[in-house]
Amino acid sequence: MSIDHAPLSTLDVLESEAIHIIREVAAEFEKPVLLFSGGKDSVTVLHLAAKAFWPAKIPFGLLHVDTGHNFPEILKFRDETAEHYGLELSVAKVQDYIDDGRLRERPDGTRNTLQTQPLLDAIAAGGYDAVFGGARRDEDKARAKERILSLRDEFGGWDPSNQRPELWNIYNGRHVSGEHVRVFPISNFTELDVWSYIARENIALPELYYAHEREVFNRDGMWWATGEFSTPREDENVIRRTVRYRTVGDMSCTGAVESDASDIDSVLAEVAVTTVTERGATRADDRISAAAMEDRKKDGYF
Amino acid sequence: MTTTPVTTTTKTLLRFATAGSVDDGKSTLVGRLLHDAKAILADQLEAVTATSRERGFLGGEFDFALLTDGLRAEREQGITIDVAYRYFATDRRSFILADCPGHVQYTRNMVTGATTADAVVVLIDARTGATEQTRRHLTVVQRLGIEHVIIAINKIDLLGYDRAELERVEAEVEALAVEIGLEAPHLIPVSALAGDNVAETSANTPWYSGPALLELLETLPSKEENTADLEPFRLDVQSVLRPQGGLAPGLDPEEYRDYRAVTGQVTSGRVHLGDEIDVHPAGIRTTVVGIDTADGPLESAGAPLSVALRLADDIDTARGSVLAAAGTLPQPRKELRAEVFPFTAEGLRTGDRVLVKAGTTTVKGIVTVESRRNLATSQIEDAEVLAGNDIGVARVKLASALPLADFREHGRSGGFLIIDRQSGGTVAAGIHAPEEE
Repeated sequence: MSIDHAPLSTLDVLESEAIHIIREVAAEFEKPVLLFSGGKDSVTVLHLAAKAFWPAKIPFGLLHVDTGHNFPEILKFRDETAEHYGLELSVAKVQDYIDDGRLRERPDGTRNTLQTQPLLDAIAAGGYDAVFGGARRDEDKARAKERILSLRDEFGGWDPSNQRPELWNIYNGRHVSGEHVRVFPISNFTELDVWSYIARENIALPELYYAHEREVFNRDGMWWATGEFSTPREDENVIRRTVRYRTVGDMSCTGAVESDASDIDSVLAEVAVTTVTERGATRADDRISAAAMEDRKKDGYF
Repeated sequence: MTTTPVTTTTKTLLRFATAGSVDDGKSTLVGRLLHDAKAILADQLEAVTATSRERGFLGGEFDFALLTDGLRAEREQGITIDVAYRYFATDRRSFILADCPGHVQYTRNMVTGATTADAVVVLIDARTGATEQTRRHLTVVQRLGIEHVIIAINKIDLLGYDRAELERVEAEVEALAVEIGLEAPHLIPVSALAGDNVAETSANTPWYSGPALLELLETLPSKEENTADLEPFRLDVQSVLRPQGGLAPGLDPEEYRDYRAVTGQVTSGRVHLGDEIDVHPAGIRTTVVGIDTADGPLESAGAPLSVALRLADDIDTARGSVLAAAGTLPQPRKELRAEVFPFTAEGLRTGDRVLVKAGTTTVKGIVTVESRRNLATSQIEDAEVLAGNDIGVARVKLASALPLADFREHGRSGGFLIIDRQSGGTVAAGIHAPEEE
């Protein structure tokens, strides 16, 4: 039981906002789907969806774009979570596109931007008209500009200079056939809010987020896991370090940070005093240019 | 002010918007606020410093606008086109800052930022005083019923912190506020560049006895804190929850076999177990017998909590139904008199066939434009057409009656969208204003 008349905390307000958004979209769209990578943000959105429909089960399925470079631990967590909630999981595989020549491997070996076409094809093939994502506005300056319900044209593109006004808590998800809407229920959560919420709600996460020993090498100031998709060059020494991941993307573009934070409370304490953004710290894909995210989003990316 | 980082589990949230142009120093003010609240992280600062250097900013100074103007077009043109959301926290509170554009053609984006705001900070250059743009910004925030309006009179360092000069500007701004009908705005003399009265009160302005901007933002009550217990309870039903498609993991099917609840976010006020409520459009009075959340049942729920309500009687409730404390449901009307804010180049004209989306209902409507507010004189003039970024009054005939609240009295539950039937775009904001003022 809550205490009567106590002011709602930031987390209560953000949770209520997200639940309201998820319920609106489930009520107004024909066929929503939730993008689920097993990363902390999509895990948080899934948890909120479960709360929005309790005691009923979540009334839509999950979609993952597998780059083929994912951490195996994450894929296992993804499958177990879908199973726990009894949800259908569709997987679009970048590898299939590379195998049959629809996509070509990039010279630098990263596959982040290669996800866009499989994503758009999967959205079209599934007939999804609303696609939930875990993007947050504090992640990046292009995302800071995006509406909670964000219209995508027939080509999956985002038009940042002509966004629909978004007023009060009344969302307009109307679109014509061929268009779809991306939905970001945790737009207003910060990284610290997400971790605070994970702690408060006791949400299970992949173990990568907590400090563990791992064979790593240093490149461009980031710690990279050694593995099939990220192999050290000759001049890069492999050492064992205690690290954790702040974001979990591809092995080929996601670095780890040195950390002793092995449980949720110590991660929370670490995030609270961090001096570097999570994308700047650990994502090579966002170091390309000041507008890297905007350009990818215009193209149909998450 | 200190900024010991603590988690957001217990702090309250304030949403505020800033309006003004680069020339007024808005980006500098936003940058200063974020900087002084230690919300700019090292890599962001590094990126901004590097870009500033490329653009010719010397000696470690940096262009704060680079922090907030995130789109290519914005950086190229040196203007804010769309709202950027920024996040920071102090010991006392978490903040969501909607940094809004100042230019006339982007008023729709300012409206976007302002409708969710508890407070709006309007920026004025102390040297030029209130401009036509200031008049527009103050009119928009006044018409949208923003709870707290703060007018930051910026660049006081360029006036040499001269008290008499500032009092002249203040008198002018106060006269404008009275003309527009703005009640008791907070006036704060600041220098965003020098940091005077932004995070802390400044020794340069000993004659100013009020709080610094951030101190004021830390103590203003949010809309919900202010009104949750004064406003009558209202909830717009989002959906009916019946676990026929299957139960959440771990629940006993026997226990939830006949479960039925309506979901929604409390729009205003507070509902208690056992409260009598009226249901629109069923026209029936019933009792709340359960306030459910996934965390367990509650004894009461206030705005803006998302809940599931169980009702004593098995009455016809569905998405679009409205629940209200007994005797407080607004009269359902088939014609709205509304103040409207058209957003598109086409504007709004008499005879337009539109969709009206209010709360969780969408109905067809036909628009009759009545008048236009002359922003230069604050006078109301007869009109049949409203252009984009005008503010005016229209009547909207509806296909079915809606119980909209009077926006002037009850705020958000009187707001609605006007949607183009073909493109599906939001072409105007409307606020239900049944009476002439």
